[in-house]
Parts: sequence; C-alpha cells; structure tokens
Amino acid sequence: MKYLFPILVILTGILLSYALYQALEVAPTDQQQGDVYRIIYYHVPSAWTAFLLFFVNFGASIYYLIKRCEVADILALTTAEVGVVFQTVNLVTGPIWARPVWGIWWTWDLRLTSTLVLWLIYVSYLFLRRFSSSGETPLLAAVLAILGALCVPFVYFSIWFFRTQHPQPVIGGGGSMDPRMLHTLLLNWLAFLCFAFLVCWSRFRLEKLQREVDKAHAMRSLMGDPEEPQGARDDF
Amino acid sequence: MKPSADAKRVVDTNAVDRTKGTPPAASRGITRATLLKDLRLEWRSKDAINSMLFFSLLVVVVFSFSFDPSAEESRQIAGGLVWVAFLFAAVVALNQTWARELRNQVLDAYRVSPAPASALFMAKTLGNFIFVSVLEALMTPLFIIFYRLRAVGPAWQLLLVAAFGTWALVVNGTFFAAMSIRTRSREIMLPLLLFPISIPAILAMVQATTAILTGEYSARFWIVLLGTYDLAFTAVCLLLFETVLNAE
Repeated sequence: MKYLFPILVILTGILLSYALYQALEVAPTDQQQGDVYRIIYYHVPSAWTAFLLFFVNFGASIYYLIKRCEVADILALTTAEVGVVFQTVNLVTGPIWARPVWGIWWTWDLRLTSTLVLWLIYVSYLFLRRFSSSGETPLLAAVLAILGALCVPFVYFSIWFFRTQHPQPVIGGGGSMDPRMLHTLLLNWLAFLCFAFLVCWSRFRLEKLQREVDKAHAMRSLMGDPEEPQGARDDF
Repeated sequence: MKPSADAKRVVDTNAVDRTKGTPPAASRGITRATLLKDLRLEWRSKDAINSMLFFSLLVVVVFSFSFDPSAEESRQIAGGLVWVAFLFAAVVALNQTWARELRNQVLDAYRVSPAPASALFMAKTLGNFIFVSVLEALMTPLFIIFYRLRAVGPAWQLLLVAAFGTWALVVNGTFFAAMSIRTRSREIMLPLLLFPISIPAILAMVQATTAILTGEYSARFWIVLLGTYDLAFTAVCLLLFETVLNAE
C-alpha cells in the first residue's frame, strides 16, 4: 500500500509518454488540417476528464447532503479543483487550434459557450469554498454544486438556439475518423484519466491531512496546552 | 419593533413541530406576516427602492456614452441593456435582504422557531419580486424615452418576460444572498454566485426582449425556457433552503 502511489506515478508517466508518442508520431496526419489537428489528443481528453470529475463532484455533493460524511466533502472539493484545471486546459487548447483552422480564436457557439459557462459555475464554486467560514463550507458548497448541476441542461438548451460552428463529436456523431486516430484519442484519454486520478488522490490526501492538523490545533487550544503560545495560530 | 412583533405572534400561534410537517395554512400565515413586515419596513425606509432606482439610472446614463442611443440599431442591444441594468440594481436590493435579519439575531430566532424555512424563503422572494417589479415599472418609461424604444413584435409578451425574468433573478438571488451572508466579504460574494448560475435565464430574457422589440423572430422558445427555469429553480431552492438556513 505504501508503494502504491509511486508505482502509479511511474505507470502514469510511462502511459503519458507512450500516448504522446502515439499522438505525435503514430497517428496519421489529417487530410485537410495537417498536423494542427493533433491538439485534439489533448483538447478532447481533457474535456472528457473534466466532465467526469464534475459528475463525481455532483454525486459526492448529493451524498454529502444526505449522509454528512466528510470524505464525500473532500472528494467534492478535490474533483472540482482538478476538474477546473482540466477544463482550463480544454479552454486554452481550443483557441490554439481554432486560430489556424477557423481563422478566429474564439466564437460564441454552443460547445464553446456552454463549456465556458460550466467553467464559470465551478470557479464560483471554488470561490464559495474559499470565502465561507470553515464550518459551513461543506454544506453551502454541496448546495451550490447541486444548483450548478441543475443549471447545466438550461445552459445547453439556451445556447443550443445559436447555430453551432464546432466540429461534430467524432465519436457517436457519425464522423469518419481513422481507427488509428480513434485508438490514439482513447489512449490519451486513458492516460489523462490516470493522471487526473493521481492528482485527485494526492490532493485528497493533502486536504485530509490539513483537516486533521486543523482539528488537532483546535483540540489543543480547547485543552489549553501551556506549550502553545497565545495567538500563535491567527491564520484562520 | 412593531412589525417584528406581528411576525412573532403569527409564528407563536401556529407553533408546530417542523419534523412533522406544517399545515399549509400556518405556512401561508408565516409567509404573509414576514412579507408584510418587509413591505412595511421598505415603505418606511425606502432604502432598497431608492438605491436601486438611482443605480439603474446611472447605468442608463453610463451606457448611453458607449453607443449612439438614438440610432435604429440600438434597438438590437436595448434588450440586453435593460436587463443588465435591472440585474445590477437587483443585486443591491438582494444584498440587503438578509443583512436586515442579522440585526438583533432575528435569523437565529427564526432558526430555533418551529416555522418552516420554506415559508420564510417564499416571503423574502416575494418581497424582492415586488421591489424589483416596482423598479422595473418606474424605470421602463425612462428607458423608452432615453433610447426611443418601440416594440415591433407583440408588446404584451414583454409583461410575461418581465415577470418570469424577474422571478428567475429574484428566486436565485434570495437563495444565494442567504448563502453569501455566511461568507467573508458578503457583498462581493452574491454576484459571484448569482451571475454564473443565472446565465441561461439572462440569455433567455435578453433574447426574448430583443425578439419582441425588433419583431424579427418569435420569443416563444425563450419564454418557455424561462418558465421552465423558474419552476426548476424555485422547487430546488425551496427544498434546499432549510439546509442553508441551518448550516452551522
């Protein structure tokens, strides 16, 4: 168990490098776009990973509201933070690809706008977590996560009314993608998922330790430990 | 204070166990008492309505510098402008909603009373709805004069858009205001929480208003979307408000 984390780190490193090699060397060049399209191997997996993490965040928030279990709250915090990071990667790689292919950095179409709004909702979630006093944070954050998730279909339908410029989804959308490309894409997603899992895991452990430390400090000040100088912990 | 005494009396006479559910009549009584108290406080102080009016007047003037307000094309952006002014003004009123109840620990008293939390939430939402509606009724003539607005499409639909749109802002706003009073830097927190979640509603209001003002397309889709949004968020806010009120 002690070595599980380092082993996973090494495995994920190998998987990420192999996926990078596949994306840059093995996957065939796109007939129309040339090599520019290869950013898809980072753009799409990061989006899928972010959506998955937000979904876990939603589930953990509901579970927290029902059971009030602290692990669910830590999981919700972790997945929201890592999800925002992955969605940022998605939002940054999009314009880099769009500039040479579409000729513009950004357009207000369905996918772009709804992804941006989703990103905004989860950034506001992180703001709430940061600004609320520690005892109430889990509850308020869980409530906001549920309202945010409720908002997602409305975001989608409202922006759906604008015509979409984004390329149709390559999987399940009737697209004709080279099987090697698809294989590379899925491989990259797997690598991203492992990476996200690792980051979530270490963030989870960090947050758990932090809370234990905070609790220990609170206990010590309640017990009136003479070792502790008065006002030593004024950072919260 | 006399209005609070009124509210307290209603709460006392209808005292019931919250866990066993409240008879609808008692719940309505609490809503009415709280609403009347808020309306009376506002009628005497006029704090919220004055600050909202002045604020939206400022928005109208400031926006007039950024484009030619009398141009024919300004009709295309007027819908967005009107709603942005109302949205910002509403935040001013929403921020005061719960801050008022913090004085003399009224909110704590409410927390220990057996009155259902949803009744309190409903009263506050209705109160804010009335305040913002009054603001809209007073400001709309000014917008019409300053920006030379004239509805090309069916104007009666504007009433529907205004009612649904205001409700969407106010129901989420009241809920998030109750959340943001728990945080540091309360006043900043409310728009940070409210605006992202309200984006679909704002989009629908703006699009519906523009559709009616220009008469270029039908506003029906947007009105239906707004109505659905209102229903969904009202239900979830009513359901979750007790959790927020009792969060410790």
